[in-house]
Amino acid sequence: MSLSARGVALPLETRPRAARQRRTRNWRPWVWVLPALALLAVFLVWPVVRTVWVSFYDGTIINPDREFVGLDNYTELLTADQFFVRYNLPPWSALFNSALWVVLFTSAVVGFGLLIAVLADRVRYERVAKAIVFLPLVISATAASVVFRFLYAADPEIGLLNAMWTTISPFAPVPWLGRPELVNFTLIGAAVWIWTGLAMTILSAAYKALPQEVLEAARVDGATAWQTFRRVSIPMMKGPIIVVAVTMIINALKAIDLVLVMTAGGPRGSSRIVGFTVFWEIFNNNKAGKGSAAAVLLLVLMIPLMWYQLRQIRGERGGA
Amino acid sequence: MKTAVAPPVPTSLGERLTGRVSKGALHLAVVGIALLWLVPSLGLLVTSFRTRAAIAQSGWWTAVGKGGWTVDNYTQVLTRGDLPPPGFASNFVNSLVITVPSTILPIVIAALAAYAFAWMRFPGRDWIFLGIVALLVIPLQVTWVPVLQIFNRLRLTGSFLGLWLAHTGYGLPFAIFLLRNFFVQLPRELFESAKVDGASDLKVFLRIVLPLSVPVIASLAIFQFLWVWNDLMNALIYLQDPGKAPLTVGIRNLLGQYGNEWHLLASGAFISLSIPLLVFFSLQRYFVRGITAGAVKG
Repeated sequence: MSLSARGVALPLETRPRAARQRRTRNWRPWVWVLPALALLAVFLVWPVVRTVWVSFYDGTIINPDREFVGLDNYTELLTADQFFVRYNLPPWSALFNSALWVVLFTSAVVGFGLLIAVLADRVRYERVAKAIVFLPLVISATAASVVFRFLYAADPEIGLLNAMWTTISPFAPVPWLGRPELVNFTLIGAAVWIWTGLAMTILSAAYKALPQEVLEAARVDGATAWQTFRRVSIPMMKGPIIVVAVTMIINALKAIDLVLVMTAGGPRGSSRIVGFTVFWEIFNNNKAGKGSAAAVLLLVLMIPLMWYQLRQIRGERGGA
Repeated sequence: MKTAVAPPVPTSLGERLTGRVSKGALHLAVVGIALLWLVPSLGLLVTSFRTRAAIAQSGWWTAVGKGGWTVDNYTQVLTRGDLPPPGFASNFVNSLVITVPSTILPIVIAALAAYAFAWMRFPGRDWIFLGIVALLVIPLQVTWVPVLQIFNRLRLTGSFLGLWLAHTGYGLPFAIFLLRNFFVQLPRELFESAKVDGASDLKVFLRIVLPLSVPVIASLAIFQFLWVWNDLMNALIYLQDPGKAPLTVGIRNLLGQYGNEWHLLASGAFISLSIPLLVFFSLQRYFVRGITAGAVKG
């Protein structure tokens, strides 16, 4: 159709146009995409295939497929205390913790992001407030870990949280990262601090793009600010809210460095999440197969999200 | 319309008072949230300028008006090579050596591919592009064992080259996605007239597409730069040589060995933050534009 767009603008009478066009079509675009495809194949596509393969073997980092063990890695993983506890309640295990991250982290980030986007829109120092919330997004999870280990420090002369806790309550300082029943919540708190800026930025742009006439009409009809927000703004921002939520679910599942640097999965394995278990089994325990099995589980959890994102993009293109 | 249904104007004292109160509540909420986000890092910043003794004696929130201020923490962290070896100055240089090529390479390679996906026709083009978008969600955890095996065989483990290539591969899906979506929106007439004049694809790409794409390439460069600068895991896994460790690995080691030496940890953390903060404050608008371009569609 759009021959002219790619056009080989040659005099028709001198060249057999169709033949030449086809030959051009055959190899030229591939030169442009080849470096990218080669790198993607080596660093993303092949590793997926290979990791699925390795997950059926018992082996080490150096020699990942030493011995075929079938589904042993998976059964071992799914019955191990620290991955999926069946006997103790509450089950502080990697799968359960990841589920906790997905639910709590995602809802807190979307909630805070929306709240700040809407509230800051009405004050004159909006830019400053938003810049402050955005800042954690540009620093490394490693540096954020230092920030939060400091904030959570057990000594009330050092950690602000314990200084406040011991002031308002009669109780002793709490080791926020040292208690199995607390550690996941304090880690998620740090992650929310990091990621809310992203949600805020996207949702703020969406909020400002809402058609003013509609909001005005709701107001004129006597709706309160809250009713307008709840019944008009939120439904109209559904698309961006879902985009942010899906992004955050992906982030929650992929999360690793915050856990590695802040707690290394402790105390007693209580803050392990699936993404962390992959690293720990492979590099700490030198069990490439078991770690790979955890990675495959992670990948399986990603598939619905991948499918959703692809549908989004195809829809976008169909509309364009 | 506005005259037909009069909007409620606060007239009575009571109404004006509730207006005042809700305005106050709004400011309280916004300022409160901003403080909630500021205080954690502010505490560490204050601490980085306090002496070891002062930190041990009193909380940072009481530091104003007291003595015990110093910049010695920063000089110590930057000059002592033993904490942890090779020292933070070397870590800083390593971070730069890792980050600059790992930012340029994927952008160049992605721009070429994105041009082809946007403006050339070849069999399977759209399916391949969708496949690349699907790769966006692959957790890097899945790649570590196989890539490490390839690196071991090619003797790339522990080399900067290996890490550059890995960051390039990992960065490509997002880069191609962002650039292709930008290129495809450029007006078709631009290409047609250039082609009529006999310009090759390379010429069109270099002379027309790239100059028009400076803002989106700037956004992409910032994202990729920060992503690599802030990366801990890939440096940890592929660069096992401590002499080549970047700042993130340096901080992790510092936490491991000197977990309660807050004067060193705080200044070390802020040294690693200096570059991202600089990038953020100088290029903030590219950031926001990039995020909204990547996430929100019209």
